Amino acid sequence: MPVRIRLRNKHYEVRAGMTVRDALRKLEIQPESVIPTREGELITEDEILREGDEIRLVAVISGG
Amino acid sequence: MKCRKCGEKASLNMRQHKLALCKEHFLAWVPEQTERSIQRYRMFSRDDRILVAVSGGKDSLSLWDILWRLGYKADGLYIDLGIDGGHGYSQESRRLSEAFAASRDLHLRVISVEHEAGAAIPEAAALTQRGREKPCSLCGLTKRHLMNRAAQEGGYSVLATGHNLDDEAAALFGNTLGWRVGYLARQGPVLEARPGLARKVKPLCRFYEREMAAYALLRGIAYIYEECPYAEGATTLYYKELLNRLEADRPGAKLSFYLGFLRAREHMTFHEDGKDKLELHPCPRCGQPTSAPGECAYCRTWSKVRLRLGTITGGEA
Repeated sequence: MPVRIRLRNKHYEVRAGMTVRDALRKLEIQPESVIPTREGELITEDEILREGDEIRLVAVISGG
Repeated sequence: MKCRKCGEKASLNMRQHKLALCKEHFLAWVPEQTERSIQRYRMFSRDDRILVAVSGGKDSLSLWDILWRLGYKADGLYIDLGIDGGHGYSQESRRLSEAFAASRDLHLRVISVEHEAGAAIPEAAALTQRGREKPCSLCGLTKRHLMNRAAQEGGYSVLATGHNLDDEAAALFGNTLGWRVGYLARQGPVLEARPGLARKVKPLCRFYEREMAAYALLRGIAYIYEECPYAEGATTLYYKELLNRLEADRPGAKLSFYLGFLRAREHMTFHEDGKDKLELHPCPRCGQPTSAPGECAYCRTWSKVRLRLGTITGGEA
């Protein structure tokens, strides 16, 4: 079962067992520009993604 | 990753500080650090009346929350820009700002641009040369004018904005690329008052944008998540992205860029002189200081807007 990752209206899938840091690198998402959350809780970049995880990346950059 | 203070599971890792904290300790750390910045840069005291400019976003609402928790006398100012963007941007950010104030029993003053100046920002911008493509320039001009006026009228000793380190580093990056010496001389955590101009402070200037988003999330502050519809393609966002790429490879790069600049500034490396020095005089129409000859940019621009609106609607300008 893949790990689902959502950033605003974009959806991605990665395999379980990798860290958040590796997933962001694979998806070419700047780690400084997002906060990863799982079930509403903030998680750090060393967290290992589990089968069926639903990760929401909160975009943090704003301003014009 | 473990919290450095208690060993529990960390919520956020701040690589530039080599510091990971759990929710409880992060929520305590942010106000402590804000207080340190307020003291370090002599921003204000607990006797001062502070006006916080709130947009409904994570930074300004978090700033107001922190000042309130630290026991400062802080009122809020929300400027309704009348931007819709297909998802009621201003309407929603105003609702969130009002809900925030009500939940903490804080005083929020709301100013509607349409009511004050005669038209909402997008409509007005479409009638001006400078805003035809994008209303950001007119929006910034209008907000600065109204914020200053509200601070003066309300007798506040200081106007506080929610600029974070990413905002400051991006502005610094842009000013350095263009060697805008006058802007560099004036950029800092505190902009001192001048006749007719309120004192301005940025208490969150040492926090990364990511930390402020984490604070809002962990504190449960409901903020406007959608970006301003006109922000897409903004140069500031591009600079922030560039700086974040640098930060990913070199943790602390943004922090040292900004703090190094502040140290250089202390030693007067950048000083206003010659044509970069701002000579101000009162605008004959509104009385606010301006560097332009005659009326200020706000009065000139909005006079044209009202004239054109009058022409379009057939009414009086």
